[in-house]
This record gives sequence, structure tokens and C-alpha cells, in this order.
Amino acid sequence: MWDRNQMAERAGRELQDGWYVNLGIGIPTLVANYIPEGVNVTLQSENGMLGMGPFPFEGEEDPDLINAGKQTITELPQTAYFDSAQSFAMIRGGKIAMAILGAMEVAENGDLANWMIPGKLVKGMGGAMDLVAGVGRVVVVMDHTSKHGESKVLKACTLPLTGKAVVNRIISNLGVLDVVPGGLKIVEVAEGVTEAELRAATEGTIVD
Amino acid sequence: MKKIYPTAAAALDGLLFDGMLIASGGFGLCGIPELLIAAIRDAGTKGLTIASNNAGVDGFGLGQLLETRQVKKMISSYVGENAEFMRQYLSGELELEFNPQGTLAERLRAGGAGIPGFYTATGVGTVIADGKEHHDFNGKTYILETGIIADLAIVKAWKADPSGNLVFRKTARNFNPPAATSGKICVVEVEEIVPLGALDPDSIHLPGIYVHRIVQGQHEKRIENRTTRKKEA
Repeated sequence: MWDRNQMAERAGRELQDGWYVNLGIGIPTLVANYIPEGVNVTLQSENGMLGMGPFPFEGEEDPDLINAGKQTITELPQTAYFDSAQSFAMIRGGKIAMAILGAMEVAENGDLANWMIPGKLVKGMGGAMDLVAGVGRVVVVMDHTSKHGESKVLKACTLPLTGKAVVNRIISNLGVLDVVPGGLKIVEVAEGVTEAELRAATEGTIVD
Repeated sequence: MKKIYPTAAAALDGLLFDGMLIASGGFGLCGIPELLIAAIRDAGTKGLTIASNNAGVDGFGLGQLLETRQVKKMISSYVGENAEFMRQYLSGELELEFNPQGTLAERLRAGGAGIPGFYTATGVGTVIADGKEHHDFNGKTYILETGIIADLAIVKAWKADPSGNLVFRKTARNFNPPAATSGKICVVEVEEIVPLGALDPDSIHLPGIYVHRIVQGQHEKRIENRTTRKKEA
């Protein structure tokens, strides 16, 4: 079974040289630590930046330089800044090759739910709906099951959707699944996990 | 026409009225018009609808207007950082219209650009699409979203010249330009007013045609989520 960092490392292998990529909050943020050697990607922060650099050294924080998680960050030699309308123009316009983001539920048809649980505190969708509707490829990084062992990879989402039929690939702690016509296809099984365990933890239809 | 005003209160004089729609720049606490927000709090204007990506934090930014119950409705994409906001929202005192972040940015841009509505794929198949016109283009479904024209835009920039040309700094630009253009009137607070000719005309982020009033002042520029890395020894 993969831990957070192993999931991030696996997600890092999705990146291709020259791509512009948006990383969501949580495990997806860790993917920045696992960009493979020789692969040059530019990270977009939807609050208006291409070319996101690492966190600043203590004492060098700049209140005018944050990422979409409101964390202080730094710029790189290739950094460009722009306003929010232009930021989402490049997202909506399909210029961002891939978004990697977290999920509460994914369905076998690629439906994604990651922004609200009815009856619980709703914070908002932020840019997630725009990203999943606009970018070239959507990769979800998530735990395969809930704390109670229930599958989060479902036939149909039970939670309100972030996007309809938008997910291309799921990277979970148990393995990698692709959304294909008719259901989900197993791409890879995590170390220490059997294919039978992966199938048992998946409610959605698995096609061969 | 003189655009420079001595204080935030003076810059807002005669512009505020109960029930108005205000568009505010800023992302989190980055690039928020903190002086103008404080002046609106002091003016006591009520029943406000505010289009802003976020709602500040408790006691700072737009959180100040929530504490004084001056806000009737927020149009935002993410409001998770503000306990008083949540309390008022859950008790039904405050209306909330969630907009996807890019849809909100484009609604402000479109409103300011004379575009009353636009189609977007964002939110199709979600609750955001409920009740909205759907239209297919080239086999793909889109929903109709409307432009926002605000009674007043409040904006934070880094530098202005006396004609209102603006330069923003790093990610503090964010929603400020689209919010500015959406306003029938736009009031801008800056860190520095530079002489005419001091800004490179090729490097102006927002031309002064969108800017009606300017005030210079001291900004706290609070950091919401200070994150650092260790220097290697």
C-alpha cells in the first residue's frame, strides 16, 4: 500500500516534459517534490502565477507572493504573473496540460466529487470546477476507501459533483485506475497490494 | 480631473449607499483593499452585496464588515477561513452565492467589458448549473453565466500615477484588475503614488481609464499561511 509520499511520487511520473500543470491542495502539492529528472514542468497557481517556486527561507516571506493554498512561496527565473481572469482563461482554454487534485469520491464514468458534504460546513469549490472542466487531463490522488473501509471509487457519486465525467486517471493508496468506456481499468497495483484487494476495495465496475 | 484623495474615507465620500453591490479585489488576504474596507466599516453602510473571491478572516479584511453585520450577501468561491462568516451563514443571517473561481473572475471581467453573459463548461452537471440556460457548441455542453457590473469596485494596487495607471505586485494582482473593470466607479488604494511619466507605458497592468479615485496609505499586508523551508547548513 502506498503512503502519501509514494502516491505523490507515482503522480509525479504522470508529468511530461514541457507541460504546464496545476497541483491541488494536500497530497497533490507534494507532487512538486517528485518531478522526475529531466522533466521540466511549469507549475501554475490559479491565483495568478506560472512558474511557482519552493517555499521561502524563514525571514524571506513576501505577503504579495502566495499560492492558491495561501502559503508563502517564491518565484523562479521563468515566473510570470497575471490576473485571475487571465489565469482562468488559460485553464478554461485548455492550455494547462494536467491538473492533479484530491477527491472525496470518484465514479466509474469519471464523475468527481471533492467540494461539499451536505449538512457539513461548506467552504466552497474555489477553482476546482473550472480546473476539471478546462484542463487537458485530470488525475485524482486519493485514498481508495474511507476510514470505515467503504469504497470511494464508486458506480455513482453520492456527494454533489465538482465535475461530470472529468477524471482520466485515479492514483490511490492501492494502485492506479483509468476511466475508460464501460468503467475502470486497472493500470497498476501498489506494492504490497493484490489485484483481488484492489478489486474488492473498488465499488465501480472494473473492465478488462 | 484630480483622482488623488487624502484618505480612504475621502476617496469613498458620496459613493456609498445601503444595499449596494461592491466588487473587491484580493485573494485570501493577498492584495485586498484593506484601507477601503476599514473605511466602509467606519462609514456603516449596510445591506451590502460583496463580490469577492474570499471573505477575509475574523477581524481583518472583509471579516471586519461581517462583524458589524454590514454584509447581506457574499458572492465568493471559497470562504473557509472565517468563523464569523460561517456562523452568520449557518444561522441564515448571511446569504451566500458560491461561484466557481474562474466563473467569478470572468463575470467581473465580462461585466466591465460590456459582455452581459458568456457560456462556460465550468459547473456543467453540478448544482452550479441548476436553473441556468444550457447550450451545446460543437457537441459540448456549456452554461450561461452573467457579467457583474458593480456599483463600486474597491481595489489594491502597488503603484499608481496621478492619471490612475496601475501596477500590481506579484500575486497581489489576482482579482484586482477584473474587479476594477466591473465597477461603475473604481476606487484604488496603493502603496505609492509616483509622478506622471515614472511608470513605463508598456508595463502598466491596468490603464487609468478604469480608475476614478486613488488613495495612498500604509498597508498591514497580513500573511494568512506563513510557510517556509529550512536553510541547508
